[in-house]
Amino acid sequence: MKQLITFIKKEFHHILRDTRSMLVLIGLPIVQLLIFGFAITTEVRNANIAVLDNSKDEVTQGIITKIESSQYFDIDRSITSNDQIEKAFKSGKIKLAVIFQPNFQNELSHSNKAQLQIIADATDPNQATTLTNYLSSIVRDYQNELNRQNKLPYTINTETRMLYNPQLKGAYTSVPGVMGMILLLISAMMTSIAIVREKELGTMEILLVSPMKPWLVVISKVIPYFIISLINVATILILSVFVLGLPIEGSLFLLIASTVIYIFCALSLGILISTVTETQQAAMLISLLGLMLPVVMLSGYAFPIANMPTILQILSNLVPAKWYIIIIKNVMIKGIGIEQIWKELLILLAMTGTFLIISIKRFKIRL
Amino acid sequence: MTSEKEIVIKTDNLTKKFGDFIAANEITFEVFKGEIFGFLGANGAGKTTAMKMLIGISKPSSGKATIAGFDVYKETEKIKKSIGYMSQKFSLYEDLTINENIQLFGGIYGLSDDEIEKRRSELINKLNLQNEADKLVGSLPLGWKQKLAFSIAIFHTPKIVFLDEPTGGVDPITRRQFWDMIYEASHNGITVFVTTHYMDEAEYCDRVSIMVDGVIKALDSPAELKKQFKANSMDEVFLMLARDAKRGE
Repeated sequence: MKQLITFIKKEFHHILRDTRSMLVLIGLPIVQLLIFGFAITTEVRNANIAVLDNSKDEVTQGIITKIESSQYFDIDRSITSNDQIEKAFKSGKIKLAVIFQPNFQNELSHSNKAQLQIIADATDPNQATTLTNYLSSIVRDYQNELNRQNKLPYTINTETRMLYNPQLKGAYTSVPGVMGMILLLISAMMTSIAIVREKELGTMEILLVSPMKPWLVVISKVIPYFIISLINVATILILSVFVLGLPIEGSLFLLIASTVIYIFCALSLGILISTVTETQQAAMLISLLGLMLPVVMLSGYAFPIANMPTILQILSNLVPAKWYIIIIKNVMIKGIGIEQIWKELLILLAMTGTFLIISIKRFKIRL
Repeated sequence: MTSEKEIVIKTDNLTKKFGDFIAANEITFEVFKGEIFGFLGANGAGKTTAMKMLIGISKPSSGKATIAGFDVYKETEKIKKSIGYMSQKFSLYEDLTINENIQLFGGIYGLSDDEIEKRRSELINKLNLQNEADKLVGSLPLGWKQKLAFSIAIFHTPKIVFLDEPTGGVDPITRRQFWDMIYEASHNGITVFVTTHYMDEAEYCDRVSIMVDGVIKALDSPAELKKQFKANSMDEVFLMLARDAKRGE
């Protein structure tokens, strides 16, 4: 036990003295989360749009006020004709234009039907879709208010509800994604580098000749990174709740418990990497290429798994982050309990076990 | 040298094969307590392989060996407690201070805190490192590092200390000082098993063995070997034996 404590102390010395790595370890998750939460997001705010009101009546004014009061659109008042709209689109000044037909209110009250045209700049299709969706829902809102007053028969309302993420916030996908990525990166890459470093420096040989048991060496390498990972989980969760405004719907205990399992999985993967590499560079390369890419591409974080070719869909099952992200989304955002995620948890545990068994086998061969 | 002395290392036809390649071929020798035993050989002669079997990090393919009375197959844990080891690569932690390195290795070998503290202050005073004790090892000159590494290898007073080319890259004065430390350790009853490339160092040993292509070609005191090969120096003896070597660089 004393051996273990002495050795863990030593590991902390290594980590704390390497200020640069320390900053990366603690700072990276924060930076990542903020970038993915704020900058890289599908939600659009304050998009410049033009409104061409050919009717100028009570209803069109009502709709325009509603559009204006939303945080998504800024109306460019200088645009007053079709020609100007076209120019504004070409120069990129506006992303969307709304054109009301003449006699809008009259048409609406007499024939129960009125035309409103939405033109969007679809050079960025995702943004265009998002913007038209926002705008349609604003108009629909207004329509609902009208209908409530008039009790018009035969009006069919389509109503879309965005479940769990009513405001379509980007943070809802980025937080689970960043957690899945950061924890894997720190736990797996840093442990594998720390272990391989001892091999490279020749100190591993000294440790193997000493009465220190090899598994104790490995455990004492793993514990500091486990603690750092927990610190990261805490900062990510605090940031996402208080800065990104993401709620934790489910049980916090379940969330942390499944995160601990995921960290174990990542740590054992790091140990496995350390048994197959001899240099720190190799360990880093394998961790980056072998872990980062699949996590970003195949975990369902950046691209939906259901849309992938079958082979990639099958491969994605091997990525621990995929299962973890499913768990986090379910627990954190949907507020689902253990009865829905036990399968994913079991898969993570099975992966952890497999990594450890292979590592132990490889470790023995090496001796 | 007589066999009345206590034997601390005994090997009997110890062999290590890697596939078809026989790295160490039926090595048989004995080392006595308190002796400085030089283990010579050209690069690739099998020195390191043989040493790895003796310190318990490589399993022999066949043959027998006991280290400090313990069997290399079954009692590696006991062997590890009775030996010290200093490898070719500099093997202290450069980002830890001298004191931290001492405390770490003292702790690994299971010494009590009081004992570590007592020996630590003795060691710091002996090496005159009072002012450097809290500096990072990485900032020390190589010669000091080597002396410190040796001191830490015998910090837990092992029965035997294994030194794998301990003086590589060190200037002649520091080498001389290093050998003074080896003599002192040997005087205190620690058996020293040392591999080296420097033939002048071979002259300092009580007995030397010379390994060529995985086989021990000669084993005796430097004086006897020179007489036997009618040579003036160990250098000549070594050249005569190693000339026919097929392996190596």
